[in-house]
Amino acid sequence: MAMVIALAIGLVGVFAIRVLLGTYTVAIPDFFSILAGHSIPGAAGAKFIVLQDKLPHAVLGTLAGLAFGCSGAIFQLLLRNPLASPDIIGINTSASLGAVVAVSMFGAAGTGMATGGLIGAVACVAVIFGLSAQRESMVGNRFILIGLGISVLAVALTNYLLSRVNIYKAADAAIWLTGSLGSASWQRISVLGLVLVVVLPLIALFSRNLHALEVGDEMASGLGVPVASTRWLYVVLAVLLVAFAVAMTGPITFVAFVSGPIARKCVGGKHSLTASALIGAIIVVLADFVAANLIPGGRLPVGVVTGIVGAPILLWLVAAAQKERS
Amino acid sequence: MSAAAESVRQSTPVRRRSRRGLVLVGVLALFVVAVIGSLLIGSKPVDPVTAGRALFHPDAGSSESVLMANRLSRTVIGIVIGAVLAAAGAAMQGVTRNPLGDPAILGINSGATCLVVVGIATVGASGAGTYAVWAVIGAALAAVLVYSIASIGRSGATPVKLALVGAAFSAGAMSITNAMILQGQDTLDEFRHWQIGSLSRSTYGDLLSVLPLVVIGVVLTVGLASSINNFALGDDMAQSLGEKVALKRFVIFVGITLLCGAAVALAGPIAFLGLMIPHALRAVLGPDYRWIMPLSLGAGPVILLWADVVGRVLLPPTEIEVGVTMAIVGVPIFIYLIRTRKAVNL
Repeated sequence: MAMVIALAIGLVGVFAIRVLLGTYTVAIPDFFSILAGHSIPGAAGAKFIVLQDKLPHAVLGTLAGLAFGCSGAIFQLLLRNPLASPDIIGINTSASLGAVVAVSMFGAAGTGMATGGLIGAVACVAVIFGLSAQRESMVGNRFILIGLGISVLAVALTNYLLSRVNIYKAADAAIWLTGSLGSASWQRISVLGLVLVVVLPLIALFSRNLHALEVGDEMASGLGVPVASTRWLYVVLAVLLVAFAVAMTGPITFVAFVSGPIARKCVGGKHSLTASALIGAIIVVLADFVAANLIPGGRLPVGVVTGIVGAPILLWLVAAAQKERS
Repeated sequence: MSAAAESVRQSTPVRRRSRRGLVLVGVLALFVVAVIGSLLIGSKPVDPVTAGRALFHPDAGSSESVLMANRLSRTVIGIVIGAVLAAAGAAMQGVTRNPLGDPAILGINSGATCLVVVGIATVGASGAGTYAVWAVIGAALAAVLVYSIASIGRSGATPVKLALVGAAFSAGAMSITNAMILQGQDTLDEFRHWQIGSLSRSTYGDLLSVLPLVVIGVVLTVGLASSINNFALGDDMAQSLGEKVALKRFVIFVGITLLCGAAVALAGPIAFLGLMIPHALRAVLGPDYRWIMPLSLGAGPVILLWADVVGRVLLPPTEIEVGVTMAIVGVPIFIYLIRTRKAVNL
């Protein structure tokens, strides 16, 4: 519990860093008076920069990070594999395919692209489920491997479509495909916020049943937990989280993947959805701060930073997780 | 009963030998048919006589001779790439005892692609010969990282762990690639075409500059086929049969890396050919790599050339690159393998 509180404080800290510091700094009193609706005398642009750039980035990053971190931990717990997060087993690549289909075939941009991504993510999970269905359940490697296969196909089709549209659209799509908070707006924030407000309480409500699945299906059903329906419920909830988050920001690489294992290290070897969600949010906001301020003038998408920083972290985590299990 | 058992025991080696002969002839026949198909079928139909004449008089200047010269170079490169990828996949599956061995699934294609882009962006690399150097480095990096990380832990490098670590490595490599190509529209424009596997991009000059890698790679993998057989028995068993396990595995890995790097440099990333050919050959030949390895050199081009032909005729007048058609054909086969095989330890 202490760890969760510490993480929450950490999240507030990086949120403050993202909003107040960087190439354009804002003083704390000024920040609150802008929030209250006042302009800052002598700095006419400050209100615009805070309300239209820094704050939306930080808020959307927080929400998306919470969603990625939480859904990653749920997938890893349900599939009983620390490597099996939604971004690795095909959902990210399918969302990308959906978005590029929307761009290339329907001329979509912005919201249209996000909708395409949402449809792609949901369709992907439906297909994996359909193909991996067997008598027992979705647990297991078959689900993971079919996801990986779908992922390779989605990448090939995405690349094909991307090579057929004009270069401006391709450049536009490439930024979304990397994962970016650049299109953060209050409208997007309210959509994702609404999803989180509905889904997160549901996840918390039945989390006792979810954690019972950790010890094994037979043990769990012996404890009176409805195994199959719990599993279905949590898959649907986790997919909702990741699909909407991907739609709003694009697939930000590795956040869902690394949050769960890092959270496990923090809270001492147990699965913790709360810790994982908070770590996801910290990672996204911090990475976005680096992305926005690393190269003066240039604006890297946040996904580049999480990808490059995430790769070595991931290698270390995998190594540590495997050692731990043996 | 004993008579029946006797007759089975006696006939098995003979039958197997004749069956292998039959498969060999079959693969060669399919190979010839595929080459002819690749030369004759396309978005613009050419009748065999005109095609033959144009092929042997490439300097005639007619539109047919240009077309046929183009198709010939595609076919030649397709033969090389098909052979290379199939041999690499077969060696990978054998040496890691992993039925899901494939350059795309294990992240080797992404590693090679990523380093090629790094080469283009940092030192302005161009041409297949230079690409190949970068691609081989990337492939080696990917192979070493993915295999050694997946090997950590008690259960060792299981197929699922290898595939997951490969996918994670791919995701990381892809974001580094993205960081490079987002720096400018020119890079993006060049790369978005390059990242799709295609047979029509390279010239004979490119092929020649990569050929040494291909030859060494084939020698190191196909030449060590009997060692791969011993690996299939497990490391301890192979050791007791007198194999220097670590050394041989390293040498075969070097061979696989050279093959994958060469293929990416010439044609870009192509998925699933390396996966399906060894499975098909194992189904008809049994698990003997002394046969699987050399025959994969002939069987790989068959599938790859037909995939290329399908890409030419599917959406005329445009062509779909072979990297895309291979994925469309390959993924159902991959999923079929996963659904039916218990050996994947599902």
